[in-house]
Amino acid sequence: MTGWQTLFYKEVLRFWKVGFQTVGAPVLTAVLYMLIFGHVLQGQALVYGKVSYTAFLVPGLVMMSVLQNSFANSSSSLIQSKIMGSLVFVLLTPLSHWHWFWAYVGSSVVRGLLVGTGVFVVTVFFGQPGFVAPLWIVVFAVLGSAMLGALGVIAGLWAEKFDQMATFQNFIIMPMTFLSGVFYSIHSLPPFWQKVSHLNPFFYMIDGFRYGFFGVSDVSPWLSLGLVTAAFLVISAVAVNLLRTGYKIRM
Amino acid sequence: MPAISFQSVSKTYPPPRNQSGTGLKALEEVSFDIQQGEFFGLLGPNGAGKTTLISILAGLSRASSGHVLVHGSDVQLDYANARRKLGVVPQELVFDPFFTVREALRIQSGYFGIQRNDDWIDELLASLGLADKANANMRQLSGGMKRRVLVAQALVHRPQVIVLDEPTAGVDVELRQTLWQFIAKLNKQGSTVLLTTHYLEEAEALCSRIAMLKQGRVVALAQTSELLRAASSNVLRFKIDSELPMHLARQARITGRIVQFPAHNAHEIEQYLAAVREAGLVAQDVEIRKADLEDVFLQVMNEQPAVAA
Repeated sequence: MTGWQTLFYKEVLRFWKVGFQTVGAPVLTAVLYMLIFGHVLQGQALVYGKVSYTAFLVPGLVMMSVLQNSFANSSSSLIQSKIMGSLVFVLLTPLSHWHWFWAYVGSSVVRGLLVGTGVFVVTVFFGQPGFVAPLWIVVFAVLGSAMLGALGVIAGLWAEKFDQMATFQNFIIMPMTFLSGVFYSIHSLPPFWQKVSHLNPFFYMIDGFRYGFFGVSDVSPWLSLGLVTAAFLVISAVAVNLLRTGYKIRM
Repeated sequence: MPAISFQSVSKTYPPPRNQSGTGLKALEEVSFDIQQGEFFGLLGPNGAGKTTLISILAGLSRASSGHVLVHGSDVQLDYANARRKLGVVPQELVFDPFFTVREALRIQSGYFGIQRNDDWIDELLASLGLADKANANMRQLSGGMKRRVLVAQALVHRPQVIVLDEPTAGVDVELRQTLWQFIAKLNKQGSTVLLTTHYLEEAEALCSRIAMLKQGRVVALAQTSELLRAASSNVLRFKIDSELPMHLARQARITGRIVQFPAHNAHEIEQYLAAVREAGLVAQDVEIRKADLEDVFLQVMNEQPAVAA
């Protein structure tokens, strides 16, 4: 293994060793959402005119879990090792800022996809979505988790305390995922809130991801792909630059 | 080519966010070279800038101005090469709680692109008395054991330059001996060693050359033997039961009941003893000994203008 592969492997090993919390817990949470929302809202009007609510909910929950866990992986690893001081072991190595970036983002993608697969496996019993365009499913899952992994790098570098990290998580990540159309199609919203939703990059990730299952979406998957890619590039550029300048880690 | 070259290194920390001012000057124009194969001591009181200088060397911090080279590689511009040649034992007792000792050492090797490093890892574990802890989780280790792992982690990539930042702070005698035997062996095999410590006996015994820092400046830089020779050659040592008058206490090194005066000759010794008698005190257990590094250190730190040897 080369240097960055070792860091990637170490980051995967780090969450895998506490897999009960990092993979098991989010899968359980998704099942609870499914039980509650699926039960309460089953029998509502079909979404897109043909999809049952529970089937509609499955990809939304999968993608929400992918995004939240990708973010949690890089951000919690960085803040923990900063506070514990063990980040010094990586700081002393010849690894470049690109090595850091790909190792942290790569391991976040692995955790995101692992949790996403877990959530899919347990929620699919409640309502089966189709697999109209599997390639779109993979593309949006990978791109979405990479984007949140990169955002986690930024948050992990910026935060100096656990409560700052919690602020980032509770006031930015959570609202943006919940208001992105996980639980509803934005066509069911009043026009004003539809417009607001279009400003949320998370909406495009979930909408594009869902297109892969149903072949129907609120906006064109190509538009979503373009916007998500653009957001990923912008966030990555910021993250790589913070790593290059040693923001808050090399004083 | 020197092993380490500090070239006019200055470091100013910015003032805290809600305060104005110019900030804290941690280092000012620090310049000296450490030759390959040297065992070099960096001494100074707390806050003198030792750790800041080492952090800049290790790439954990950035100099405000000046350059640091490791075997000719600039620690900023060519950091990858500089860091491959450096093995740094940090001062703080840090560890990664997710891994066992062997995992931590394998991972650390991997960061440097080294695979199948188990022969060297086994040698490190044996030399540092860690062999039976190889599969223990880092969390289960005592402080002393964690310190040993830190040393092993710094050495996994066989660095040419070994930097130890107060490695024996709070460490028992056994580990200190094991550690110094091993480091001395690596030094004999050609590694350069840079050591900071508050145990001046250790520095005197191990280091061939010493730099002393005070308030961010180099105030002494010489062979250890020269430093000892240049200092007042003798120390008058005695015990008393009550306090010395102020004018005497200022010149003395006082540890509880023990009082020590630096003295160059018999005349000075007589003068000190006379002054004690005049103060109405009785000096007991009087002895005269050779000055050691601690005396030199105190002398240098108390002198106002910087002396460069």
